[in-house]
Amino acid sequence: MTTSKQILVLYKQLLEKAYKFDNYNFREFAKRKVTDSFKANKGLSDSEAITNFYNQGILDLAMLTRQTTISQMYTFEKLVVEPLKRQR
Amino acid sequence: MLSRQILRNIARGSSARRVGGVRLLSQSKITSFATNAAESNSGANATVVIGNAQAPDGSAITLKTASRDESLFGTRPIYLDVQATTPTDPRVLDKMMEFYTGLYGNPHSSTHSYGWETEKEVEKARSYIADVINADPKEIIFTSGATESNNMSIKGVPRFYKKTKNHIITTQTEHKCVLDSARHLQDEGYEVTYLPVNEEGLISLDDLKKAIRKETCLVSVMAVNNEIGVIQPLKEIGQICRSKKIFFHTDAAQAYGKIDIDVNEMNIDLLSISSHKIYGPKGIGACYVRRRPRVRLDPIITGGGQERGLRSGTLAPPLVAGFGEAARIMKQDMKYDQEYIHRLSEKLKKGLLSIPSTQLNGSLDPASQYPGCVNISFAYIEGESLLMALKDIALSSGSACTSASLEPSYVLHALGADDALAHSSIRFGIGRFTTEAEIDYVVAAIQERVDFLRKMSPLWEMVQEGIDLNTIEWSGH
Repeated sequence: MTTSKQILVLYKQLLEKAYKFDNYNFREFAKRKVTDSFKANKGLSDSEAITNFYNQGILDLAMLTRQTTISQMYTFEKLVVEPLKRQR
Repeated sequence: MLSRQILRNIARGSSARRVGGVRLLSQSKITSFATNAAESNSGANATVVIGNAQAPDGSAITLKTASRDESLFGTRPIYLDVQATTPTDPRVLDKMMEFYTGLYGNPHSSTHSYGWETEKEVEKARSYIADVINADPKEIIFTSGATESNNMSIKGVPRFYKKTKNHIITTQTEHKCVLDSARHLQDEGYEVTYLPVNEEGLISLDDLKKAIRKETCLVSVMAVNNEIGVIQPLKEIGQICRSKKIFFHTDAAQAYGKIDIDVNEMNIDLLSISSHKIYGPKGIGACYVRRRPRVRLDPIITGGGQERGLRSGTLAPPLVAGFGEAARIMKQDMKYDQEYIHRLSEKLKKGLLSIPSTQLNGSLDPASQYPGCVNISFAYIEGESLLMALKDIALSSGSACTSASLEPSYVLHALGADDALAHSSIRFGIGRFTTEAEIDYVVAAIQERVDFLRKMSPLWEMVQEGIDLNTIEWSGH
């Protein structure tokens, strides 16, 4: 049985990882995809479907952890639409 | 105690001296730099600002925001050329990594577990790829890409049936690799009919029916055009071909996973797929070859008899698995991606077509136009010069294979466009990873630069004065 608190924690963790992509396009896609898929599955009521969704989220979290690490290891110049961080 | 103090003093003294040394050194460096800078300044006083398009001296036209302030924004261009290739999806790379680290067995080695585990993954990938087009996994043949698949189909089928049949039909707007394969067949003595297209880029079914002879063995029509994004009526063409017992090949490199394709419903016998157009790895593709009724073809590459003997050679499990994962994601996210791309495409079209004297190339009917490919002509501007002024956006005026030459696109010519229009068109590709902010930037940048280039253009000036350009008699030199 997956509780709503567990789901919320997973959502937060996924979003946190999505922000970690160094590549602008991948980062924006991951953020959009995470929020949209949670929104789309908001109305899930069947407990088995919820568990499946949760388990898939856990796998995705592991994938995001690996891929954001890779993205941070191979970095490229920022895009023209990307504001640079203020250097102190 | 004493000795410690002495030590400290010594330490302080030496550090002070060091600091002094550094200061001295840096001061002398600064002065030398300053003199260098002064020299270079005086020497190259008249140089134009690098990287910005500049109007001729004395003109009032300026390009204020040709590039953004480099200290606030990055410099890498926005990628809007997804018809050429797409970025590899991180989910695909994640699947491929295990094949570059642990799973290195040859999938054709049937004597040990290293071979078994990669073979299992290869077959899984094959079924994912087949699922997208509702095919049987056994009907998928892995090749090096869509070019090889096209060559294999277009040369293979007529060569196999050469004793009885010697005619194939294709269209004028096909990709270069299809047209070139057809030309090779002509050299070998086959006859080829190139169907014309209407101004929207669609072929006429009556033309097709008329072109069919009793020696015709293959019809090849591409699903989605790579330059203008037009979707051909595959189902109707498939019906005609099946009723006449002619094989139907379609080049679906730009269509696979992006529009709904069902090989059984559409009666498609051969279909070319490319992995790097669906966010997969480069260097792999596939060809769907129907088994019932069986399509027979003469293989180009022969050898160990892998892939039903149609394409020998060891498979590359990392690429196959990546391709399979890309196909799985395409199917899983098809609705989601389609909606997103449609929304961005509408936004881009609305923004760009609000510029005066612009024209959308392609079909106006949403059912026969893929929204991810937007081809727009900007009259009175040279497309290549607009591309040069758009250093911050990665665009193309047509196919990547022909972008090296300055010749206008043969696809646009086939639509009946004149040279000027064909020269002034640009293709915009929108994909899964394009963002809304990028589209906003592109619309603003193009509006401004089209305006800038037109202000420099004497033709535009004449048009504004009401002179019809076609009435001018140009004197030759």
